[in-house]
Parts: sequence; structure tokens; C-alpha cells
Amino acid sequence: MAESQQGVLKTTPLNAVHRALGARMVDFGGWDMPVNYGSQIEEHHAVRRDAGMFDVSHMLVVDITGARVRECLSRALANNVAKLTQPGKALYSCMLNEQGGVIDDLIVYFFREDFFRLVVNAGTAEGDLAWLNHLNTRFGTGLAIRPRRDLAMVAVQGPKARERAWQALPDTRAPSEALQPFNGALLAGELADGMIARTGYTGEDGFEIVFPAALAGDVWKRLMDAGVKPCGLGARDTLRLEAGMNLYGQDMDASISPLDAGLAWTVDLKSERDFVGKAALLAQPQSKVFVGLILLDKGGVLRAHQAVITGQGQGEITSGTFSPTLNQSIALARLPLGVQPGATVRVVVRDKQLAAKVVKLPFVRNGKILTA
Amino acid sequence: MNNPTDLKYTASHEWVKQEPDGSLSIGITDHAQEALGDVVFIELPEAGRSYKEGEACGVIESVKAASDIYMPVAGKVTEINLTLPDSPQDVNADAYAAWMFRIRPDNPADLGKLLDAAGYAGVAVS
Repeated sequence: MAESQQGVLKTTPLNAVHRALGARMVDFGGWDMPVNYGSQIEEHHAVRRDAGMFDVSHMLVVDITGARVRECLSRALANNVAKLTQPGKALYSCMLNEQGGVIDDLIVYFFREDFFRLVVNAGTAEGDLAWLNHLNTRFGTGLAIRPRRDLAMVAVQGPKARERAWQALPDTRAPSEALQPFNGALLAGELADGMIARTGYTGEDGFEIVFPAALAGDVWKRLMDAGVKPCGLGARDTLRLEAGMNLYGQDMDASISPLDAGLAWTVDLKSERDFVGKAALLAQPQSKVFVGLILLDKGGVLRAHQAVITGQGQGEITSGTFSPTLNQSIALARLPLGVQPGATVRVVVRDKQLAAKVVKLPFVRNGKILTA
Repeated sequence: MNNPTDLKYTASHEWVKQEPDGSLSIGITDHAQEALGDVVFIELPEAGRSYKEGEACGVIESVKAASDIYMPVAGKVTEINLTLPDSPQDVNADAYAAWMFRIRPDNPADLGKLLDAAGYAGVAVS
């Protein structure tokens, strides 16, 4: 068992709050983050049944301003920002390299024709900034690309998340009450430069709330007082896995095509629009299926990198865990083309081959098991 | 950290209790269960089989990670806790009550090579 190593870890504005709550802290890609505050499984259930919150301030908000933002993002992103017509609308997209590999997956928010906001992964943030600046120069779009390390972000998730958030932070109610899923609104007053968005990474309803870092401790306390349970990155991982959502660095990376990572639905290959990586994707069509697995046998827990033996050849688990909602081990897997939902495959777990069922993703959405 | 002083310990986070009949009960420590998090799967050694000191003889998996269980001293497994694989969370509830298996040591003097509670406290720093 490896102990978490202390060193030059980066911290979020809530680090002292997590420690005061007795969180178990781990090195998460160079960030000192809470993995749980006690039982990861209880935290998981709190989000499925009630409301939980996650400090996701390690992720980076990037504000892009200038007259030609849409033009630049239209070429930088694999999904099509032309879909963003109403202010506040959000879009999930991959950013690809020239070889069609995934540099990062992100959410882009459209607020004004001269102002779009990205939320990118922590581990890829510096590379993303360098790449966006490179593209801005290459396309001559003259944009200002501004990382917002001055902002913190908390995800409040679960069937009761919205009402608890409004109770805790009354000023967020008016701008967010009418928000449809995958829309966000900018905040004003004390929370100026902040944002509330009906997005998340759990498969439940809720908000991701961005606000000035100096307010982080106060926001967290008010949410706790409203009955929102602090949850660590451990529960965040089991929740997103049940929701069939990819984790960058595990389910895809710069060497993997989004078409082989179950993300074809986010890649716009139909329009005439050119974007970085498009030519590579057209030259190398999908070569794998990306599916869910449910362990049928006893004998262990499905984990990343375990080999999967199918009738069509060998594949690999990209993320695996124990699902608290299904009370069984589940996984995301990249398998040979032709493997169909319903098929039984064998997973190599230590010295055994365990049977697992192939299912369509997601496993769970809005508290309900969809793969029974 | 709660490490009973009547037990012996390994640097790989097993606890060992000497029973009146000379057999040894073995489990994982409170520190180990805390580091693992919610335990969801346990594979125990085979009853009747002999293992060498330090040999991997079982597996414990939490939501987070898998970890081997190592044989503290050479011996033959006499009994396994059959209820544990169906209620692995018992390890989180009380690691020192959740014994996993019992062995008859090849050489009872080997027990002297294990850590006492104070020695283990020096190993189990979180």
C-alpha cells in the first residue's frame, strides 16, 4: 500500500477545510485532494439519493475573449461551437491533436460573441493553455486567453442538489432557476466573475458553481449547513463510472481517437467545418467499441488495464471499480469492433478469468439502474 | 491509531494473535483498512495449504485498490473465516475483530521476529 507522498503538491482554496473535516488526502495528479471524508460508499449514495458536493477547484476555468473566439474554437474543438446559439449554452467537446488523439475533454460555455469560457481538466491545464495560445497565433485570431486560478469551483450533485444550493446561496437562485441541463449563467455582486451551471460528472442533476476563491470556505460551510454532504474524489470516480462518463488520462489520452473512446457523438464530422484532427479521424475510422462491463463471477474487482477476452479478439478495461449502486464490479472497456451488448466476455483478474456481461452505457442515470 | 498491545504486527500491515491452542489468527490492521477505504472483496488462502513467510496468500480489494495479504510466518492454514467474503465491510467496521484465517506456525519461535504495537506504530505513519 503506497502512502500519499507529501512534497510540492498544489492545493485548492479548500485544502484546510478538507483537512479540518478529517479527509483522507491523496496526491491526485500533483494536487493534494480529498479522496474521502470517511466512507466513499456512503458519499456515493448521498449523491445518488440526496445531495453531495465536491471540491473541483483543481480544474481550470479559462476565459477566452475577442471578436474571433467562435472562429478559433470552431477550429480548435472536435464538437461544433455553431451549436451554441443561446447565451449560457454549454457544449462538451474533445480538443484533438493533428493525429486525432485527445489533448483534453472540456466544457465550453458561450456567454457573448466575444466571450466564451472553458472548463478543462487539472492535469492537462498547462498543456491546454499552451495549445490554445499556439492555435490563436496560428489562426491569427488575436484572442485574450486568460486562466482563472483566482476562481474556485464546487460541484453540488444529487436529486436534492439544486434546492439545497439555493437554500445555501440564495443569490444563485434567480440566475439558475430556469436553467435547462447543460446551460450556465454568470453571477453578479459578491459572486461576480463566477458562474452557476446545470452540469456535472455524476449522472445526477445539480450544479457546478464557480466563484471567487476567497469565498470558498464560506460557500462550502453554507452548503454543509444546508445538508450537502462533502464527497471526495473516490466517490466522484465511482459516480462518473456508473454514469458512463470518460476520465481523461484513463479512458482516453493523446494517443487515443475519440471514436475509439465512445466519444463519436461529440465529434462533428458531418459539417464542412475543418478542425484540428479532422483529417486524421477521416483517415482512421473507428476501430474499437467502447462499452460497459458488469462482472458476473465473484473473484475480484474489475480494474484498468485488465485484459478482456472476447469472441472477436482481445480488448482492455480502461476504468474499473466496484459500483455501490449495482453492488457489483463494473468497468469501461475498449473492445474489438463487433462485440455487442449482451455478449459474455472473460476478464483476466490475477490468475483467473472471470465472466462479465457487455452492456450499453450508462449503467446509472438519475438514480436508476439502466443495465439490469 | 488503535493497535492492541497483545497483538504482533508485520511491516506489510497484518496483525497476528496467538490463540491459547498455539495457532495464530491473522487479519489486516486498522491502519491498513483506513488506507484501503471501503473493502468490497476478500480472497482467503486455502485451508490445509502451507505457505512460506512473506508469501502472498490472499487478496483484499477496496473500491479504490487491490492489495495482497502476506503470510506473517511460515505455517499451514488450519481455518478460514468463511463469513468474511460475504461481509467484507466487517474489516472496516473493526479490523481487529475481522480475523481472516488461522495457521499452525512451522516454528512458534518465528513469532518473536514480528513487530510489537510500538514497533508497528513506527511503520504505520500516514
